[in-house]
Amino acid sequence: MSPRILHIARNTFREAVRDRVLYNLIAFTLLLSGAAILVGQISFDIERLVVINLGLTAVSMFGVVIAIFIGIGLVSKEIEKRTLYTVLSRPVRRWEFIVGKFFGLAGTLVVNTFCMAIGVFGALFYVAHKFTRPDALILVALYFIVLEFLIICSLALLFSSFSSPLLSAVFAFSLFVIGSFADDLRGFAGLTHGFTRWFATGAAYLVPNFSALNVITAVAHEQGPSPQLILQNTLYALFYTAMALSGAVLIFERRNLK
Amino acid sequence: MTARQRTTIIAGACLAVSMTACVFLLRHIDRLRPKATIDDALYISSPTMVKRASLGFNGLMACIYWTRTIQYFGHRHFDRAHSYNELGPLLEITTTLDPQLFPPYQFGASFLAPKPPNGAGEPARTIQLMEYGIAHNPDNWQIYYNLGFVYYTELKDYTRASEVFARGSKVPGAHPFLKILAAQMAEHAGDFATARLLWSATFETSHETNIRQNALEHLRAISVDEAVTNLQAAVTRFGEKVGRLPSSMSELVTAEHLPGIPADPDGNAYQLTPEGRIQLEKPDDFPFVTKGLPPGYKLSGLPKFHTKL
Amino acid sequence: MAAIEILGLEKTYMVGFWRKRPKRALQPLHLTVEEGEIFGFLGPNGAGKTTTLKILMGLVFPTAGTARILGREWTDPEVKAQIGFLPEQPYFYDYLTAHELLDYYGQLSGVPGKDRKHRVDEVLERVGLTDIKGVQLRKFSKGMLQRTGIAQAILHSPKLVFFDEPMSGLDPLGRREVRDLMEQLKHEGKTVFFSTHILSDAEALCDRVAIINKGELRGVGAVEDLTSTVQGKVEVIWQGTQVPSSMRALGAECHVTGDTVRAVLPENQQDAAIDALRRERIRLIAITPLRTSLEAYFVEKLQHSQTTAGKTS
Ligand SMILES: Nc1ncnc2c1ncn2[C@@H]1O[C@H](COP(=O)(O)OP(=O)(O)O)[C@@H](O)[C@H]1O
Ligand SMILES: [Mg+2]
Repeated sequence: MSPRILHIARNTFREAVRDRVLYNLIAFTLLLSGAAILVGQISFDIERLVVINLGLTAVSMFGVVIAIFIGIGLVSKEIEKRTLYTVLSRPVRRWEFIVGKFFGLAGTLVVNTFCMAIGVFGALFYVAHKFTRPDALILVALYFIVLEFLIICSLALLFSSFSSPLLSAVFAFSLFVIGSFADDLRGFAGLTHGFTRWFATGAAYLVPNFSALNVITAVAHEQGPSPQLILQNTLYALFYTAMALSGAVLIFERRNLK
Repeated sequence: MTARQRTTIIAGACLAVSMTACVFLLRHIDRLRPKATIDDALYISSPTMVKRASLGFNGLMACIYWTRTIQYFGHRHFDRAHSYNELGPLLEITTTLDPQLFPPYQFGASFLAPKPPNGAGEPARTIQLMEYGIAHNPDNWQIYYNLGFVYYTELKDYTRASEVFARGSKVPGAHPFLKILAAQMAEHAGDFATARLLWSATFETSHETNIRQNALEHLRAISVDEAVTNLQAAVTRFGEKVGRLPSSMSELVTAEHLPGIPADPDGNAYQLTPEGRIQLEKPDDFPFVTKGLPPGYKLSGLPKFHTKL
Repeated sequence: MAAIEILGLEKTYMVGFWRKRPKRALQPLHLTVEEGEIFGFLGPNGAGKTTTLKILMGLVFPTAGTARILGREWTDPEVKAQIGFLPEQPYFYDYLTAHELLDYYGQLSGVPGKDRKHRVDEVLERVGLTDIKGVQLRKFSKGMLQRTGIAQAILHSPKLVFFDEPMSGLDPLGRREVRDLMEQLKHEGKTVFFSTHILSDAEALCDRVAIINKGELRGVGAVEDLTSTVQGKVEVIWQGTQVPSSMRALGAECHVTGDTVRAVLPENQQDAAIDALRRERIRLIAITPLRTSLEAYFVEKLQHSQTTAGKTS
């Protein structure tokens, strides 16, 4: 891999940090500690359930919002502000720029998620006073959440490579919502007939499938996904990301800068 | 080849490969977790909790749960699964989210009440669902109809059925047949004509494929039951007149001045056994018939619907 | 070997919101820049200078044509390591300091780690940016950004630099410094290609210039060669739209704009022209000697193109 990708990724990460993106951790900490103290007080046997459900959902929501809001500006903002001129007039290939940006954003989210994960485990320890074996499943849920972020980052980047930030945000957010119901969509497509079936099936397979990546409720009930599902979800997320990034590269490669 | 062309080719190939891989992986994942959607959906099985969790998007969530219900039923039916345990909770969640959504009530009448393998076998739950529906939609005569239908078909409680039909017939704009049904329950509850009227009404008032197919199967079964009953009576008459059983179907036809060899709705002639019993040639094709079956007949496998809509 | 060979590059933009219509920004352009020279790319605003530079940098794609830079195809990524580019009104990642920005750009251009810090300090010093440690670029003035832009263009010691309007946004002293810098680059054996609409800059610096207007090349050559044809001219402007025939007889290039007429004629015909206008009782507005010879050439070329354009339209 070319070192330039690494440099671009690092600069993207630096931008996120200097734009005070990591301040979201404060909001997260407040939310989680507030909830932990509250359920710790009331104590009706579901503290663990509440902390895991709320904590992981918050990790996922905060991350999705960050991924979308940074992702949509990654390319279009640089075109708009013309900061790209002095980057692309260097020996930087356009695809390297896209890939570098992706890794930068993904890195930001991984770091952010890591900090939040510590928070979740902390809150869990506060309410349960100990860790049990099934708590390790939370790591799987967190891993799936990170996989989900990879997909969303690549999609935001894809939209950013051809459309304005506002539209990109709308697209990315819609896909996030639709993707969360991807299972329903595929099932629904199976119930239709004729041309609609072709169209619906195609669409159902093209939208990102987040429903298999969401195991928060199952993990809260101490049920983990099978190793096979972990493997296939990993592969799926990687291929989906590769697909969206290839699309972004194909578009950006052809794009006239303003 | 310029660097740009090379990138285009590689990115294009990458796009194609990863898209294919995604579809294959998704199919795998779906096979790994076939019931996952329903399991997920029912982790919170309390309808009120679901309603709270849907953050005010109740109507939309109701639609989603309704499609899940249909899918669940469709898959189970297709897979010849024996139970529909989750049907009740799904219908309850759907109707809690949107009490005005009518199709779930109709669906409940047709599939929640009947005994397995045709349904979930929960008539009491169905009646509760219907009463809930009537409480929220007092002006919808169709729910009264469906409730009466459950009393009639599943519980054979003709008095209750008659009451419900009568209640429904008072709703403004109610279909006139409710009045007729209410009246017929008293004397002619067991008549083929009554049963036919009911199932035809179900068929005509529904747009749901599963429900219509189910009604059509029942109508077929009713016409078989009626024909077999009539033919069996003819055999008895023949025996009283001639002093022996008819030796063949054509002998019976001649004696009774029938227009031709009688046949079931699929066009297969009814069989006459040496013991003088009228039987269906392919009883498996009529899952709901009660007459014309070989002695000790048990449906092999699960009912399958023959009619295509 | 030529540093830049432009072989028929042309660009048509599609403009408009709903119904796109074509807008020709650059007619097929043929131009060669030799190694080691300072080449001025001259033209009024909207002439197509920036468009040409953006095509050469691979930022926009030409409608047709190709170019060669330093003997290679211009799309070849390897070429980029040996060229520097200062965009028009440059803007940079404003969350970085100048040192961080240049360090990042050094990484992208492949300047090895141990040289980089030293190089960064050196170029910042060279463009006159001192005392800026720890200051984010969002706090920079326009002129400071321009200097940062020049610094990043020469950071990796490129063989060929492209400057788009390098003097804009600079104070008089700054312009002087940039001029000196370009001279130095030439002495270091580098090729400088810069665009400007300010003639004095070009005249003082350039070995050769090209003049472009409305996307069309109007003339190329050494400054002395171009200007030899336009020694000593004056510009006469008067009220009205009337052009006396006697003026044409004096060999004046006349051009009507609104309710004034502008004519360029040899210096020695100035008195005769004034007389001619007086005879016709035309109100004279101004007589200005064209200050430099390049300006005279420039004005003549542009007027020529305007009159021809006027005739065809
Ligand atoms: N992105 C663009 N879309 C449409 N027209 C453009 C675009 N960029 C430049 N132009 C047009 O092309 C012409 C040349 O512009 P430019 O190259 O910026 O001129 P210069 O740099 O010589 O002032 C102008 O008429 C300008 O309006
Ligand atoms: Mg310009």
